[in-house]
Amino acid sequence: MSKQINVALIGNPNTGKTSVFNALTGLNQKVGNYPGITVEKKEGICKLPRGVKAHIIDLPGTYSLNASSLDENVVIELLLNKNDKDFPDIAVVVTDVENLKRNLLLFTQIKDLEIPTLLVINMADRMRYKGISLDIDYLEAQLQTKIALISTRKKEGIDNLKHLIANYKEVSVTPCIKASDIDKEYFENLQKAFPNQLLYKLWLVITQDVNFGKTDRKEIDAVANFKTKSKADLKRLQQKETIKRYQFINNVLREGQTIDVSQAKDLRSKLDRILTHKVWGYAIFFVILLTIFQAIYDWSSVPMDFIDSTFAFLSEWTKNQLPQGAFTNLLAEGIIPGLGGIVIFIPQIAFLFLFISVLEESGYMSRVVFLMDRVMRRFGLSGKSVVPLISGTACAIPAIMATRNIESWKERLITILVTPFTTCSARLPVYLIIISLIIPEGRFLGLGYQALTLMLLYFLGFATAVLSAYILNKVLKIKSKTFFVVEMPNYKLPMFKNVALTVLEKTKSFVFGAGKIILAISIILWFLASYGPGDDFNNAESIIKTEYAAQQLSEDEISQHISSYKLEHSYIGITGHAIEPIIRPLGYDWKIGIAIVSSFAAREVFVGTLATIYSVGNDDEATIKNRMAAEVNPILGGPLFNFASGISLLLFYAFAMQCMSTLAVVKRETNSWKWPTLQLFIMSGFAYVVALIAYQFLK
Amino acid sequence: MQNTLAELKRGERATIVDVSSIHIPLKLLEMGCLPGNLVELVQLAPFQDPMYLNINGTHLAIRKETASHIIIEKEL
Repeated sequence: MSKQINVALIGNPNTGKTSVFNALTGLNQKVGNYPGITVEKKEGICKLPRGVKAHIIDLPGTYSLNASSLDENVVIELLLNKNDKDFPDIAVVVTDVENLKRNLLLFTQIKDLEIPTLLVINMADRMRYKGISLDIDYLEAQLQTKIALISTRKKEGIDNLKHLIANYKEVSVTPCIKASDIDKEYFENLQKAFPNQLLYKLWLVITQDVNFGKTDRKEIDAVANFKTKSKADLKRLQQKETIKRYQFINNVLREGQTIDVSQAKDLRSKLDRILTHKVWGYAIFFVILLTIFQAIYDWSSVPMDFIDSTFAFLSEWTKNQLPQGAFTNLLAEGIIPGLGGIVIFIPQIAFLFLFISVLEESGYMSRVVFLMDRVMRRFGLSGKSVVPLISGTACAIPAIMATRNIESWKERLITILVTPFTTCSARLPVYLIIISLIIPEGRFLGLGYQALTLMLLYFLGFATAVLSAYILNKVLKIKSKTFFVVEMPNYKLPMFKNVALTVLEKTKSFVFGAGKIILAISIILWFLASYGPGDDFNNAESIIKTEYAAQQLSEDEISQHISSYKLEHSYIGITGHAIEPIIRPLGYDWKIGIAIVSSFAAREVFVGTLATIYSVGNDDEATIKNRMAAEVNPILGGPLFNFASGISLLLFYAFAMQCMSTLAVVKRETNSWKWPTLQLFIMSGFAYVVALIAYQFLK
Repeated sequence: MQNTLAELKRGERATIVDVSSIHIPLKLLEMGCLPGNLVELVQLAPFQDPMYLNINGTHLAIRKETASHIIIEKEL
């Protein structure tokens, strides 16, 4: 086997680094986590010329090696640890041709670590637009590197990049700037104290607060203790370093880059004039949101109906084809409906991620951050909280991780605490099925009543999040500096490959992540519903037969009575009856009670649970929805899912904290049990009270 | 004429003279907010805050409060 080359892709955010990664690896990529932290680790394999393979890591985007977040720490930890199995044989710094000056700052830092470094200048297709021309030979000589001028959009230059990676041994490791130029006295003393170490590496160890693993631990501790300067002095040196680097870059670009402004076509300012306008900006944002919700509802209804009926058919077919027995029942009543409960959400989740990734890729999301900052600040949030709140509509877990770029701790904490109120995709199935049961199908101004209800629920989620932020802002006594820096990237047409890969990746992780839980719970529920203790359950047949002996009932009716009697006296029935007193005031029966209990681990289990409970003992091919519509309220008569109990359920699911994974992430991101515990009790308590009031008023 | 960046009006250009390093995050410096660089106010958000700037070719938005720690010299 030939040797595998380790390649690290590094770059500023918005340089198209991920496009380069996708272009190199295609579908040969996997996404995981760095051990112990929730930072996404993307890696892939790329085939190079002459049978050489490259193992490529797409490191989190960063503006420099001065890390200010967990994600950025990952970059510097890897680059300083020669013993890491992923330590790069070659670093590939991706830059955007329009922001070359700023992007080169990171390049010079990595170069100074004496790691072989390639420079990729991406988006070359935009050069003519912007009147930019580059003298590549000159730049290569001055920066002492090899340059790959590429365009991932036009698929140009990728082969050349592969060629350069394969020949990584030819890339120079000469640094750009001598550390001692920053402050002669300080750095000479430092070198005297640690004569065998690379000066720039020492400097990073002193200024960065990161974990360097076990290797060289002693030595690094010694370096980190070399604190002959105060924090303020160190920062002043960092500023001096930054100025020095820019001087170097400016000198290089003065000769190597020419920009003919008269040639530049400025789409940015034209679009910005409308999209960040004080009236039109908000109006457009609102229309975009409206379109997204309508689309999620309309476009996915066809595939969802298809999936629903397919699984009902499959379940029936299995029952008829396989010999009768416990295994067939488990398959037909437990596993298949459980799987159906996962698969049915794929269309909607895919559409949601499609829209979110298009908004991110196009650069529009930054404009929303800019527009919303002043408004959000009034509620103790940051403009950057908009991104978590919007991605929270997909899933609270990545949304809470997306708060990492909020500079102020107080604003970040509040965002973390309120994000779970936004309507995540796991609530969607619950909403959809209840809405379809209780809201009529009519239309109002071209929008369906059902879609409007769904939108109202999303709005309710946002409103609750923002209002609780306002209260938290008043209650929490935390002092922290508020910084807010957001890059406004150029508008770009989203690239199909990037969007498609994001949608694929996120949907996959939903299906396999949440899917495992749903499937496991479905199977457990089937057991609990199919078996029970004592005589009532075991002698169900004879009890029913004696009870109804006087009446002339058909075979079918008898077996119907038997199975519902069995269900009531199964383990699950007993549990459901035990909690019924608590939930009856909200308008729910014991079956819904079970669904609520089982969905405390994850909301999306609700529909799957009802599907399992209702299929047990039901032979006909009815879909979940039809079965729910046929349920009768045991006390009041009439349909169980009526307007009052339906609204009550919707509100309960809108507010309750029912997601173990979110609680775990909050614990990790806030580093304390206090916040997730508060979230669990306050949100769920509030949900109960609101659902109670709603039902009592509406019934 | 010396002012702070917070006083810049839409479409105006200026040169950065000094940044108070205690109040300014390193990240902002690294994005090009350094003495000697040109700055232009591209757009103000509703309520006049935050400010959408073009600093040295980099487009970014910062809050007024931060901008008030950056000393500029307006172009006449």
